[in-house]
Amino acid sequence: MTPTLTGTKKVVTGNHAVSYGVMLARAQVISAYPITPQTQIVELLSEMCATGALRAKFIKVESEHSAMAALIGAASAGARTFTATSAHGLALMHEMLHWAAGARLPIVMANVNRAMGPPWSVWTDQNDSLSQRDTGWMQVYCESNQEVLDSVIQAYRVAERVFMPAMLVLDAFVLSHTAEQIEIPDQSLVDEYLPPYRPIYKLDPNDPRSFGALAPPDVYMELRYKMHQAMEDALDEWARADEEFSELFGRRYGLIEPYRADDAKILLVTSGTVTSTAREVIDELRAEGRRVGLLKIRVFRPFPAQLVREALRNAEKAAVIDRNISFGMGGIFAQEIKSALYNSSECPPIFGFVAGLGGRDITPKAIREIIDYTESHDEPQDLIWVGVKR
Amino acid sequence: MRNFTLPSEELMGSGHLGCQGCGAALAMRYALKAAGDNTIVVIPACCWTIIAGPFPYTSLKVPVLHTAFETAAVAASGVRAALDIQGDTETTVLAWAGDGGTFDIGLQSLSGAAERNENILYICYDNEAYMNTGIQRSGATPYLAWTTTTPEKTPKTEPKKDIMAIMVAHGIPYAATATVAYPDDFIRKVQKAKSIYGTKFLHVLAPCPPGWKAPSEWTIKLSRLAVHTRVFPLYEVEHGERYILNEPKEATTLPVSEYLKLQGRFSHLTEREREAIQELIEKRWQKLLRMVRESS
Repeated sequence: MTPTLTGTKKVVTGNHAVSYGVMLARAQVISAYPITPQTQIVELLSEMCATGALRAKFIKVESEHSAMAALIGAASAGARTFTATSAHGLALMHEMLHWAAGARLPIVMANVNRAMGPPWSVWTDQNDSLSQRDTGWMQVYCESNQEVLDSVIQAYRVAERVFMPAMLVLDAFVLSHTAEQIEIPDQSLVDEYLPPYRPIYKLDPNDPRSFGALAPPDVYMELRYKMHQAMEDALDEWARADEEFSELFGRRYGLIEPYRADDAKILLVTSGTVTSTAREVIDELRAEGRRVGLLKIRVFRPFPAQLVREALRNAEKAAVIDRNISFGMGGIFAQEIKSALYNSSECPPIFGFVAGLGGRDITPKAIREIIDYTESHDEPQDLIWVGVKR
Repeated sequence: MRNFTLPSEELMGSGHLGCQGCGAALAMRYALKAAGDNTIVVIPACCWTIIAGPFPYTSLKVPVLHTAFETAAVAASGVRAALDIQGDTETTVLAWAGDGGTFDIGLQSLSGAAERNENILYICYDNEAYMNTGIQRSGATPYLAWTTTTPEKTPKTEPKKDIMAIMVAHGIPYAATATVAYPDDFIRKVQKAKSIYGTKFLHVLAPCPPGWKAPSEWTIKLSRLAVHTRVFPLYEVEHGERYILNEPKEATTLPVSEYLKLQGRFSHLTEREREAIQELIEKRWQKLLRMVRESS
């Protein structure tokens, strides 16, 4: 189970793709608490630590809150760090997510998208990660197991350049427990791509400094301004990281990815694994001669507003599929996209669809219906529930 | 004891933001004298969040990591892991928390760290209430004490949580109590803790003049009386089993009323209530003696 070879093809689950990414990134301190459907990530990492495939300290803490607190300590002392969680675990971490970002620590975490209880659910939706939108964490939504592994490596690279933490997001079961053939990159190439973490400041008795002390109103706002600037810089860093990644490994993902979007009258906007289903549907509809395309949002924070504006500029309408709900408003991706477009002169009507909550399948048929609905209605609607039994 | 010399190294500046007579400020000064400059201090939300000084100042000459209220022990564990993986097993990682961050909100992560026997030194400076937020009761507040959330008409009806028993039950290699009235004992215990691998826990009584409603010049006097009245006995426990009593040589047992009457937080007590406190203190003292006897 524990790898000895890299630069090979292997059939692995999305969860194990995360573990391999963390191993190749040479994380030094890992801290985690078990939660379904994330657990396989840290199981394999435990084994990698035990066999020496990964030279890291693994702190098996008593809660997710403590997992993040441990990494805050470890990253403050100069280590490359990793944790994985899901749903309630992520929610429990909330306070420390703010702390990690405010402390400008490039911690990388995988969050397996799982619906929040009650009622209990272990199946996928995005409300857990999107509830952490404003904590200062970068968020990357993955579509395939290869993308998961590659994004872990890219995330360290970007996080350590802008000093902001990064969250990899993958759908419960649809990705986390589904095996695909992926390429495990060669370690020496990863080392070339991702040099060891070198913090500007760290806890060091030879250079004693105070971290996180009380900041009066005359300095606090500047620190927040710098966090926002770092997020703006991260847009370029993600593009650069992706570009250089493709030069070394031959794969790239973009911050967003338009698919058959040229000349499309209707653009479907997706994130996560529903994107793969949508690709199939778009291919079918294109074969039928319909001018429809797809826009995948991969990097959600920082939000690539300019890229989204350009991608949607020529569409007549856009249909956003949200596997999440902000109660009292609607789908969160739809809100973000509308917000990005509002001040733009070219602003197509946006239809917001909420689908697939709590792991309900978003089928090709449902996606067809979403496109048909968008095509046949002139007035945009903020919130259309897909397949809900009333 | 009389020949004791305080280490001359000063790792804490006089420009700190502690109140006059702050027991916690003096406790830090002694702790750092004992721990030395190769120390990293982890401070959760507590009075010391303020005492250490606001950005960009610090009153300590060692690195400080401020962290969230409930995370002192685990953030320290993370620092330890990062140092270890980078080849530094020598630096002392000192988690420095108040009673709220130890007895209450931080107990879970402290228990986790102790169960994993993390190689850290955890010192709880106990001023027996949430003093930084304005004197609210904590699990460390003594029986029948006044606080702003246990007003005089309904003072705290529960006894102080026995944090030492909780920590000892984890079987950690070293747990001890100390006060600022006996710096020799305090410093010896920090130095001893430093020499032991694993989780070390020190419970330090830290009088709080505004919170205890006592004059600031009585911090040492109150600390000494706490020992002499057996409100706060000095002892050590090794590996969760071996109890060692450290009674000061000049110890004379005084009634608990001698300690209570100096503090405004106990001024509402009736004679019967003082007796009830005396009984409680006696019961805990006898239990401690039993543990000492059974382990020797």
